[in-house]
Amino acid sequence: MSLRRLRLKTRVLAVTVVSANVAGNFFLSLGLRHRAPAGLSAPLSWLEALASPWVLLGVSALALWMLSRLALLSWADLSWVVPVTASGYALTALAGRLLLGEQISPLRWAGILLITLGALLVRTTAIRTTRPGRSAEGRR
Amino acid sequence: MNWLLVAIVALTASAGDALQTLGMKLHGEIHDFRPRALGRAAARLLRSWHLGLSLLLLAISFGAFLVLLSVADLSFAVPATAVEYISTTLLARYLLGEKVNWRRWAGAGLVACGVVLLAL
Repeated sequence: MSLRRLRLKTRVLAVTVVSANVAGNFFLSLGLRHRAPAGLSAPLSWLEALASPWVLLGVSALALWMLSRLALLSWADLSWVVPVTASGYALTALAGRLLLGEQISPLRWAGILLITLGALLVRTTAIRTTRPGRSAEGRR
Repeated sequence: MNWLLVAIVALTASAGDALQTLGMKLHGEIHDFRPRALGRAAARLLRSWHLGLSLLLLAISFGAFLVLLSVADLSFAVPATAVEYISTTLLARYLLGEKVNWRRWAGAGLVACGVVLLAL
């Protein structure tokens, strides 16, 4: 496979991993917000919240997150994937600010900045530094 | 007690991630993203022990994190477990043999510090 195609494939998968993570957390938060006080005393209302469309959507997005991350790890380094996809943390915080109206303190803005810088820095390194395994079955 | 839990959370999560990576690397690069081919890949992956054990480790990590939340504040639990970014990079370097250059170390460090700030 050409390097260009590998780069493109990696970019598409990395964007999928990050978006699925952000969407999953966002929808879960939307479905579960302000349910906790009632949930502690009434298990039924908590179960009801778990079956809400937002929560189901969130769980599906998190399943997509896990599967796309596995696929990405089939060729990309773990020490590349973990920091690069951590930009989801920063985007989750931004989604909370923009879509849920949550407040972001200056300290949190600094955190978002550091995570973004770290992810960008690691993105400039090689996607893979180990040799493909010798398992003939896995390669076509 | 709290720090012991933090260590369990971070180490089991890092070990789970490393094992997952090992399993995927042994399987080989996924080329074909059509549903049938993905199903075949999933069936083959589920037969190897790497993925199963990695899921068990990640489940233990999640369980330990819930226990940590029950004895400590969220504002302690999240920043403390950010050490996970460092332990995962260490395992990637020494267990998986990935070449971690200074940009990767610095990136992992920045992300860990960022997560700490985000949770404060």
